[in-house]
Amino acid sequence: MADQRKRIPASLIAGLVMLAVLVIVAVLAPLFLSGAATTIGPESRAQPSPEHLLGTDSLGRDNLSRALVATGLTLLMSLAATVLSVVAGVLIGGLVWVVPRLLREIVLRVVDSTVAFPSLILALVIAAILGPGTVSAVIAIGIAGIPAFARITSNMTAAIAHKDFIVTARLLGVPGIMVFARHLLPNIGGPLLVLIASSFALSLLEISALSFVGLGVQSPDFDYGRLLNEALPSIFSQPLQVVGPSVMLIFAGIAAMLTGDGLAARMDPWSRGRRRRARPVPLPAAPSAVPDALLEVRDLTVTAPSGADVVKGITFDIGPGEIVGLVGESGSGKSMTAMAVAGLQPEGVAVSARTMRLGDLDLVKGSDKSRLARDIGLVYQDPGGTFNPALRLGGQLTEVARVRLGHSRRSAHDLLVKSLGDMRVRNPEERMSQHPFQLSGGMLQRAIIASSLVTNPRLIIADEPTTALDVTVQAEVLRILKRINRDEGTAILFISHDIGVVEALCDRILVMRHGEIIERLTAAQLRAGEVEHPYTRALLDATPRLTEMPVTPEMLETSKEIPIA
Amino acid sequence: MLENTPLIELAGVNVSLGHGARASHILKDVSLSVARGTTVGLVGESGSGKSTIAKTVVGIHRPSSGRITFDGVDLTSPGVSKKVRRRIQLVPQDPYSSLDPRRTIAQTLAEAIDPVAARVGPHRRRILEALEMVSLDASTADRYPHEFSGGQRQRIAIARALAVGPELVIADEITSALDVSTQAEILALLNRLRRDLSLTMVFISHNLAVVRALCDEVVVLLHGEVVEHGQVIDVFRRPQSDYTRRLLESVPGGPAFRLVG
Repeated sequence: MADQRKRIPASLIAGLVMLAVLVIVAVLAPLFLSGAATTIGPESRAQPSPEHLLGTDSLGRDNLSRALVATGLTLLMSLAATVLSVVAGVLIGGLVWVVPRLLREIVLRVVDSTVAFPSLILALVIAAILGPGTVSAVIAIGIAGIPAFARITSNMTAAIAHKDFIVTARLLGVPGIMVFARHLLPNIGGPLLVLIASSFALSLLEISALSFVGLGVQSPDFDYGRLLNEALPSIFSQPLQVVGPSVMLIFAGIAAMLTGDGLAARMDPWSRGRRRRARPVPLPAAPSAVPDALLEVRDLTVTAPSGADVVKGITFDIGPGEIVGLVGESGSGKSMTAMAVAGLQPEGVAVSARTMRLGDLDLVKGSDKSRLARDIGLVYQDPGGTFNPALRLGGQLTEVARVRLGHSRRSAHDLLVKSLGDMRVRNPEERMSQHPFQLSGGMLQRAIIASSLVTNPRLIIADEPTTALDVTVQAEVLRILKRINRDEGTAILFISHDIGVVEALCDRILVMRHGEIIERLTAAQLRAGEVEHPYTRALLDATPRLTEMPVTPEMLETSKEIPIA
Repeated sequence: MLENTPLIELAGVNVSLGHGARASHILKDVSLSVARGTTVGLVGESGSGKSTIAKTVVGIHRPSSGRITFDGVDLTSPGVSKKVRRRIQLVPQDPYSSLDPRRTIAQTLAEAIDPVAARVGPHRRRILEALEMVSLDASTADRYPHEFSGGQRQRIAIARALAVGPELVIADEITSALDVSTQAEILALLNRLRRDLSLTMVFISHNLAVVRALCDEVVVLLHGEVVEHGQVIDVFRRPQSDYTRRLLESVPGGPAFRLVG
């Protein structure tokens, strides 16, 4: 990680070097070349020669010198226009978030309507009103750039304006303007810098465009645009005259763009260097040690892209119809274990194992994706995030049945309606035509379980399936999982941080910490508190309990129904 | 300081969010009081309005009717001074969004002490004291939030609330994003703080067992209404409302939990 952070993208280096060259030219050219650039010479429209590499213009001035000397004014004007757009835009876009809501709405609507107007047209109108000239061109381009900057700043600010630290600052009584300066501005600073670089490139082009059409810089001053304007009448007789300003303009534009791209790449953690795929240590395959087991995992190691082992050679198995709980705190490797078994490890993460099989299906090779999808059902933590919010549930829920089992649309629909009914989802027909947001979290989680069951999987992997749910809904989902296990004989690998949940549901419990299984327990052992490892003991002690509960005789009777393996 | 006189009292509070036809009635006639020096747990499931109560008390939401009285001052009247408001501090739920990533811990605490100038220098001692109260050492002060774990961040958020010198601390689900062992540490910390500082606390949680471990009284909420309010021991031993009973029966590992049936 550390060495990746230091790496500076090549585009940023190139952009900064090019900008530095431009600045040097802008400073030095007027000192040494202003004579050649402004002195009217005897040879008008001369062809290239050692003295005049790009020839001379209609008044006999050296074209190359003029192009280089123009750099200073062009950069200054672009810079001034950018500063105007940025300062005003950021102030408007940021401050709307610390003013009353009504005012914000009004300002943002006005900004929106001006954004819809092309900025160059806006600049032309403003420049026409102000009259031609250097200052008016800068003001025109600067003002024309404000709406876009205000809009973008407002969007970026909106993303953090509702964060708790902003809310807390306001509750503490921090004045609005200070909330902006102290919290909002610094937190959008990074992306803003990227935008400033590309905005500079745009200003450069627009300023040049204004000068080119005669609304910008006026003789005797000259910038790139003005030089192009002067070169136009003699474009056929002296085509070399456009080369100087054109090349400089392109060079400056690319320099700004590369800088912006480089800054963006540096800030985006995903593009930081090329991600190396961690190489698993190949292990010799071993014959099955527990042939009766449904899932057998021997020496499973999961390696993160950084090279660290997040799961360190663990071995476990699950018998047919068994519910095994994997319990541990964050960073224990429990979810990685589950994803590795399902063949769904994130990109760059390497998985190796001596044996990993589900029945006769080899999960190490993982060649038969279609069988894998049928034999393992997956239930995730966040039921809302599993679905595409824009699509109706029917299409999403029947996908497995259609793609993996080859059902027609109609029969897949019927299958799912029945399965939803089995999960005690009321009005399953109606649910199929609804969108995900119309269902509660518990309902969605039951729908996911229903859809994962249509392939008749032999193993359900449930990764914290009830963590996001309310406690009464959690109880329902746990009961459903238990019922599936009892009625269909489906084995379950249940991952949870909640030792209470695991204890209630599972036949056997594996306690994970730092990528290792540190203790293996039966539910009875856990319930009786017969644990050996100090970490398991600490976990149990840390879990708040509901003791002193009303225990009625009928409850005692029904609680006997909890099957103990 | 008088024990058992209410520090804060809500009487018939109604809160609606949204406007016009899309307004939804979140709190319905909520009345409850918190005595000085006690810790009251607000429990309920999502949509029960427990967080809305916290946000209404600190002034983020305005009740459409009802009174909120804090130490004799009506918080619903428009002219409540900032000084009064600062005596109530809210600790937010998510430790990853409650600290400004660009500011050091000392700067964050300095802002709580002096919201306008927010300078660390004059308040350094008070900042270190607040950090010490939550068992964080002085080296914490000049570091940035990303260097800390969730539990440590939550301690920092608590320290920020304490640095103000509040009488009432409202903790909104502050342990729900944490691992159980970290949660246990935070609960132990809160227990120590309310004893040492004789704080009055409102502790919001969906986790009944956590409330039981920390609170003196518990208020059970359902769809924006108070369905039960009593001493923790009484409510957990002899729940009066059907909903409380159902909640208690739903806790896996609890004695009344039934997986089959």
